Amino acid sequence: MGVELYLVISTIMLCAGIYGFLIRKNTLAMLISVELILNAADINFAVFNKFLFPNQLEGHFFTLFAIGIVAAETAIAIAIIINIYRNVQSLDVDKIDKMKH
Amino acid sequence: MEYTILILLLPAIMFIFLGLAGHKLKPKIAGIFGTISLGIVTLLSLITAWEYFTSPRVNGVFEKIIPFNIEWLRLGEFLHIDIGILLDPISVMMLVVISLVSFMVHLYSMGYMHGEKGFQRYYAFLSLFTFSMLGLVVATNIFQTYIFWELVGVSSYLLIGFYYTKPSAIAASKKAFIVTRFADLGFLIGILVLSFYGQTFGFIDLMGGNSDLALQGAAQKSFLGIGVLSWALGLMFIGAAGKSAMFPLHIWLPDAMEGPTPVSALIHAATMVVAGVYLVARMFPLYIVYAPGVLEIIACVGAFTALFAAIIACVQTDIKRVLAFSTISQIGFMMVALGVSTSMDAHGGLGYMASMFHLFTHAMFKALLFLGAGSIIHAVHSNEMKDMGGLRKHMPITHITFLIACLAIAGIPPFSGFFSKDEILAAAFKFSPMMGWVMTVIAGITAFYMFRLYYNIFWAKEAKHEHKPHESGFSMTIPLMVLALITCVAGFIPFGHFITANGLVYDIHLETSVALLSVGVAIISILIATIFYRKETQPIPEMLASKFRFIHKSAYKRFYIDEVYQFITHKVIFACISTPIAWFDRHIVDGFMNLMATATQKLSYLIRNFQSGRVQQYAYVFLLGIVVIVGLILLIL
Repeated sequence: MGVELYLVISTIMLCAGIYGFLIRKNTLAMLISVELILNAADINFAVFNKFLFPNQLEGHFFTLFAIGIVAAETAIAIAIIINIYRNVQSLDVDKIDKMKH
Repeated sequence: MEYTILILLLPAIMFIFLGLAGHKLKPKIAGIFGTISLGIVTLLSLITAWEYFTSPRVNGVFEKIIPFNIEWLRLGEFLHIDIGILLDPISVMMLVVISLVSFMVHLYSMGYMHGEKGFQRYYAFLSLFTFSMLGLVVATNIFQTYIFWELVGVSSYLLIGFYYTKPSAIAASKKAFIVTRFADLGFLIGILVLSFYGQTFGFIDLMGGNSDLALQGAAQKSFLGIGVLSWALGLMFIGAAGKSAMFPLHIWLPDAMEGPTPVSALIHAATMVVAGVYLVARMFPLYIVYAPGVLEIIACVGAFTALFAAIIACVQTDIKRVLAFSTISQIGFMMVALGVSTSMDAHGGLGYMASMFHLFTHAMFKALLFLGAGSIIHAVHSNEMKDMGGLRKHMPITHITFLIACLAIAGIPPFSGFFSKDEILAAAFKFSPMMGWVMTVIAGITAFYMFRLYYNIFWAKEAKHEHKPHESGFSMTIPLMVLALITCVAGFIPFGHFITANGLVYDIHLETSVALLSVGVAIISILIATIFYRKETQPIPEMLASKFRFIHKSAYKRFYIDEVYQFITHKVIFACISTPIAWFDRHIVDGFMNLMATATQKLSYLIRNFQSGRVQQYAYVFLLGIVVIVGLILLIL
């Protein structure tokens, strides 16, 4: 398997993530889309490390590091979403526009 | 003599302590704290004076000692502002005067201010004042003097406005602050000019020190036809005149009597108001050498003020006002004494010695008079003469001590005022017979109005009192007795052995003709006052008052000086200058700012729709931005 296959997969994931983030109205679905974007980036890190610098580990560690950060970010995001739900009784992102002007 | 730093530090610490923690203490405890600390300061001052004046002389002169000095601010190659302590004869003398009077006032206030709201605050302010005044007199350089000069101004403001619920007290405190600040502008410019040419702030350097050459060079320069050093010293005198209530800047002092009476005794009679005299005395060597013309102006201003205030004092009915004008008049005497000095040697510098001597004796007997007046006011709850009369039976101690002080200020031997006033008159006669006669006449008027006051309070017709007036308590009478004792003996201090213009010993000898003349004039004046005011009915003064109604009325109204100021400030300055400036400020300056604010607001309304609150819309814009940026980068690369 060449590096291109991995990159194709990660590109699909990235585009799917961006598409989902822009299209889906459910906040939780948007959060999942964000996860997709991040994971696409993680895959790229791991792949480039493996194929371009096989004797080094920075890319892998960066991936692990990013996964840790993403976990924390997800926890916060979910907490925020829960609080938003308590306030507006909805997860529809178009209804969450109290912060406008 | 490093312990002298404690003289400054103790009141400062006490101010901070009482100011911050005072309200947690019982009033009485706070008072005791303040009084004890001042007692220690007084003791230290006396020890300092003893040690200083018993130390051996060098070339017949007491050496100037700087036991403590730190550089506080450096302003360039030459100029630096220090904070330190300078001990020389006049500063040591002032230390004793200030701490002693302040101690007496602290003690006295325990009784006088008993039960007042803000008792602790009062003691905190007293400590602040004492600290600032002591710092002023021991200053090593003119800038330190200026700093403490402003500090005494602040404490004076705080204490005049002590009864801050009384509108008249607020007005008086503001008036005192503004008038003296106005004069201090002159002082500050004087300092800047002098230090620019002298290249130092330090007193020792300025007087016969390193900057002699620089000053001699500056003496050649002139501005508007007057030498720059005359300008500098003249401007400094304006500052001194403001603080010492010289005409026409005297208007704040009579109003300052709105403060508690012990404060009037301490600040507006004995210590702060003589700061101007002290300043001129401090700079005296420079005045003599570089600005003898200014000294003549000082003499004229002093003489005019003395006469002017003495005449007003003759017709006032508020006893504190009489004393206030008498203070102005006596400070005029001191200024005259300084002004008529013509050289540094024993004869030309007689006035310098006389002035310091009078400052010393006046501080004691004027404090005594004010504290006595406080005791009377405490008993009858009024400042007006008509509410008094016949008090000699009810208040024997106050009566005797007040009489001693009156005799002293009138210049009757053997009380202290006689000796110092006699020296002033001798110096004035030496300067010019005209000046001597004028001062003798003023001395006569002084004796007259003091005994007018005395008879109206203690003799004359007894007013009806709601309850019988009684003698004040011990905390009030002890200071009276101590000060009366000092007034009795202070004249015999060989003052010329301690303080003279050139520092050498000078034996005071009474000039028989001057002494006889002044005593004669004083006795005649007292006799006239006795005839006028001792009886229960006072037909002669009433007749005179109605006959010379115009003069009487204008003197009673203080020659309308306040009205003139009122006119100038309100009708001229406020109407012609301040109002247009205010209009400019409101409409042009504020208008520009408002325009900017309005424009920003309008613009914000225009672009507020960008902030839609829709997360996905933001994400679109974000993505679009990234695509554009990436596209651009690709294009460029």
